[in-house]
Amino acid sequence: MRVVIAEDLALLRDGLIRLLGAFGFEVVEAVDNGPSLLRALTAHRPDVAVVDVRLPPTFTDEGLRAALEARKQVPGLPVLVLSQHVEQLYARELLSDSSGGIGYLLKDRVSDVKQFVEAVRRVADGGTALDPDVVAQLLTRHAREEPLQQLTPREREVLGLMAEGRSNAAIAAKLFVTEKAISKHTNNIFGKLGLPPSEDDNRRVLAVLAYLGG
Amino acid sequence: MVEIHRYGHSLEDTVSELLRTYGRRALTCLFRAILQIVMAFAVNLPLFILAVLSVAFIPLGVGVVLTPVVFQAIRTVADQQRAWAAEWSAVTIPVPYRPEPAGAAGPLRRLGRLLADPASWRDLLWTILNVPVALVLGVLAGGLAVYGLEGVLLAPWLALISDYGWGPFWPVEDWGAAGIAGSVVLGAALVVVGGPVGPFFLKAHALFGQSLLAPTRAALAARVEQLAESRSETVDASAAELRRIERDLHDGAQARLVALSMNIGLAEEMMKHDPEMAAKLLAEARESSGTALTELRDLVRGIHPPVLAERGLDGAVRALALTLPLPVDMHIDLPGRPEAPVESAAYFAVAEMLANVVKHSGARRAWLQIEHSGGRLIMIIGDDGTGGADPAAGSGMRGIERRLAAFDGTMAVTSPPGGPTVVTMELPCALSSPRTSPSSGTA
Repeated sequence: MRVVIAEDLALLRDGLIRLLGAFGFEVVEAVDNGPSLLRALTAHRPDVAVVDVRLPPTFTDEGLRAALEARKQVPGLPVLVLSQHVEQLYARELLSDSSGGIGYLLKDRVSDVKQFVEAVRRVADGGTALDPDVVAQLLTRHAREEPLQQLTPREREVLGLMAEGRSNAAIAAKLFVTEKAISKHTNNIFGKLGLPPSEDDNRRVLAVLAYLGG
Repeated sequence: MVEIHRYGHSLEDTVSELLRTYGRRALTCLFRAILQIVMAFAVNLPLFILAVLSVAFIPLGVGVVLTPVVFQAIRTVADQQRAWAAEWSAVTIPVPYRPEPAGAAGPLRRLGRLLADPASWRDLLWTILNVPVALVLGVLAGGLAVYGLEGVLLAPWLALISDYGWGPFWPVEDWGAAGIAGSVVLGAALVVVGGPVGPFFLKAHALFGQSLLAPTRAALAARVEQLAESRSETVDASAAELRRIERDLHDGAQARLVALSMNIGLAEEMMKHDPEMAAKLLAEARESSGTALTELRDLVRGIHPPVLAERGLDGAVRALALTLPLPVDMHIDLPGRPEAPVESAAYFAVAEMLANVVKHSGARRAWLQIEHSGGRLIMIIGDDGTGGADPAAGSGMRGIERRLAAFDGTMAVTSPPGGPTVVTMELPCALSSPRTSPSSGTA
């Protein structure tokens, strides 16, 4: 799988190259600034890109903007955005074109290597990987509202994992239950929230996030 | 040949350029002089009469409402005068008004503050004195050249065909040819002199404005005192802030990193004879690194939120509102970004107020308006909660007031029991020119 990396801190950039290399990714280019990133993304059209939000020259949200611009030129180009802090505002901007292949994670998540690599693969496959912190914020914000109050604690847990972009199989593995049990939970959740059920993981994420106002 | 030709051509150019410049300057000066005179009669005079009447009507009650409005209008006119003085004559006239203190502003208290400010009365004095002064200086600034022009182009020739014959300073017709020649010569002299001296009369007018519209010595002394106070408060507050950050780092992230390296060291030792234990220690180490990162993140957010650095006040406030449990109607209109320290103070002020709405008001909706006008950043936050907020009671609001005061900013709270609560904060500041999008900017 071909991947482009954008990270301005050499230490982290080398770490990411080594980590992804160890899991069989081919790093076609690693850049350290916004303009190079946009060029690399449109020139290589990688299977997935791992991008730091804050990059030179402005050290603002250069990486995010370059990623969004690249996706405008190459619709659906899978991008996993990493940051020291997560903002719902950015999550919303990333997800706004609803074409999937989007990840938005805290940099800390890299430390759980297996989960991180799984997230990269999921994004490359056109799925979603949303940081648990973003999801938690969304859920807290709506916690007082009626339909969410009707969910059982277990269902709320499943809803959270769903919003992160995980498939039923992944949720089942994480909660140590069968996939069938999870699909029963998801049906209940969709029923209670009044959402049309969907087997497509990506459409499901978007429906849940739209519901939560993400 | 070519040289001479070019020289002759450029002389012609120079002369026509000189004439054009002269004409442009004289016309500008004339226009400004007329503007000043019109302002004096059409605005100053009625405002002065209104001000006197409204003050006289204070005992009847009408004046209580009317007086602040009229005095505010006078301030607006005076501000315009300050702007013109700076732009036309490079005369700086600082603004002398006392800053609005925080707290609910009832109409009576507002009136009291206004009348107690000596600058209000100096404004009033200027309002009426400016009428004759603007007339005299305006006529001198704009009229000399015009009058001279009349002496050259109109008076002598009109004298030949009619009774009219007022040239510069004397009736031309009584003097015959000498009168005509004199009129032309004197008129020409007036044109030549009147054009260039016009701006000096405008400047004299600006200096007259400065004598009444700038702060007095006493006002400056009071201002120094107020600045010293707000400075010492700011210094105290930032020292306390640094102490808090030091403590947070020392007890939080730093301690965790120590534990983390201890765990890793232990795991290293155990790798050979107890790999299972080593794996457990490493997992623990990872967890504690995660906690340390979370703590650092929260700390950074408290010092300077990353999204503020990345997106400015507009984006940061929007990002903040997305995390609140109640809907916030937002109208943010900022064509640029303020200086970083002002931006940060503004952000934390808004954040504190929104946190108050969530914590204390019991509101179901909130609204927020941020705009920049008249050299001030204006932030208004309202909610439909229970009201009764007292800026003197909460340390949060007091802290925000202090933070704003460091930039000459002000805060006013109206929060009657039963609500609604509206907090208005103002920060004097300039906005930088609109930021170009970083991805399209130069690398």
